[in-house]
Amino acid sequence: MENTRTGITLRVDGEQRSLRVDNRTTLLDALREQLGVTSPKKGCDHGQCGSCTVLLDGRRATTCLTFAVAQDGADIVTAAGLSEGDELHPMQEAFLERDGFQCGYCTPGQVCSAVGMLDEAKAGHPSHVTADLTAEPELTDDEIRERMSGNLCRCAAYPNILAAIRAAAAP
Amino acid sequence: MIPFEYRRAATTQDAVATVSARPDAAYLGGGTNLVDHMKLGVIGPRLLVDVSRLPLADVEETAEGGLRIGAAVRNSDLAAHPVVRSRYPALSRALLAGASGQLRNLATTAGNLLQRTRCPYFQDVTTPCNKREPGTGCSAIGGYVRYHAILGASQQCVATHPSDMAVAMTMLDARVVVQDADGTKRIPIADFYRLPGDRPELDTVLSHGQLITAVELPAPPAGARSTYRKVRDRASYAFALVSVAAELVLDSGEISSARVALGGVAHKPWRARQAEAALEGAEASDETFVRAAGAELAHARPLDGNEFKVELAQRTLAATLRSLTEEARR
Repeated sequence: MENTRTGITLRVDGEQRSLRVDNRTTLLDALREQLGVTSPKKGCDHGQCGSCTVLLDGRRATTCLTFAVAQDGADIVTAAGLSEGDELHPMQEAFLERDGFQCGYCTPGQVCSAVGMLDEAKAGHPSHVTADLTAEPELTDDEIRERMSGNLCRCAAYPNILAAIRAAAAP
Repeated sequence: MIPFEYRRAATTQDAVATVSARPDAAYLGGGTNLVDHMKLGVIGPRLLVDVSRLPLADVEETAEGGLRIGAAVRNSDLAAHPVVRSRYPALSRALLAGASGQLRNLATTAGNLLQRTRCPYFQDVTTPCNKREPGTGCSAIGGYVRYHAILGASQQCVATHPSDMAVAMTMLDARVVVQDADGTKRIPIADFYRLPGDRPELDTVLSHGQLITAVELPAPPAGARSTYRKVRDRASYAFALVSVAAELVLDSGEISSARVALGGVAHKPWRARQAEAALEGAEASDETFVRAAGAELAHARPLDGNEFKVELAQRTLAATLRSLTEEARR
């Protein structure tokens, strides 16, 4: 069989990276195994835990259910790339201040998901718990919980994660 | 996973021609279901034709007052679209009830329609499954059936269709726009999905190479109220045990039109024609709703282990109709 490997370019945390992938490689494995970008974590590897979440072309997405080859040319921001040098992103600061992690395994995915979620809410996107679909959603605790439901934390740091996101969301 | 070739389709014609010519090829949209199935060994295409970047990501109002949704529109974008939120709230709610924020950002409209059952035996290649491997038997019958069918199943297969979006689209009389080598055709969604019968491996009437390019929704009737209600084992991010998409038009206390579809109960999104017949022309009352739900579920044949779903479906259906009526009276 021919052409089962492909040369691709990804922009990862601001840096252009070229690599050759077996077409079977997920974006998650390409980042971690080939590019050494270990901020996105491999949890369930089936889209159910959210620990591999990054900002993909500006929107939060799991990286375990997409092939790297299908993301040729994509712009990827991982939790590690959110900071500007030594200056942490406000969401990262909030997670630190509120102790929004325990083992830390789910944290990069939680942080990326939270950043993406706030952008979605700012754009007026409703959620499953939004009462009035046509109104501007208000970011209540229930809204934050629902919007973050794709990210699991088995240490159950949820109350602190919620507090961190609430703090980061406040103007 | 079997090695495969990857091609990014340049045009829909190119995509259709390429996949049609190769029995071992498959279309790739958002990938959230397909990639998972390839990892699990449920399927093993030798060529993926990526259609996610084709110019099929527009949502446009149609001349007849309806909506045309491109096949590559992301679930999150469709749920948030102003016209969907205001005129098709059941669709918006159904989309928002499905998966998670990061999956909805990847998943596409066509991919959602074509997602396959979450029956654990279908996904586990070490167990017999007529849907995955015809003729091997059904492991679900006599097994774990909490999420399985109570309507329209066969001795060959008791799996349910997992999509929330498709349930709302079934209620809304959507048409699936399909392209193949012969041109474009429109398939009413009621004719699009199949019951398992003795060919459970076929979820839809699509043949190999046919590509979904759009979904069209007719205009909702004037004065219609619609919603989507989903019952699941946890409050969020789980598949439906039972779901209901319903729309009512009330005319001074009487139901002038009703459209209802159920999810989580059958091999396909289940259009509740018996319930609709019992509703239309009747008084919008609790008694009517309970009778309509009873009429639909009278045909239920639960399995050993999911008997609870019959009453759950009846109650969820009646409760959904009740909430629509209360909303109309406010």
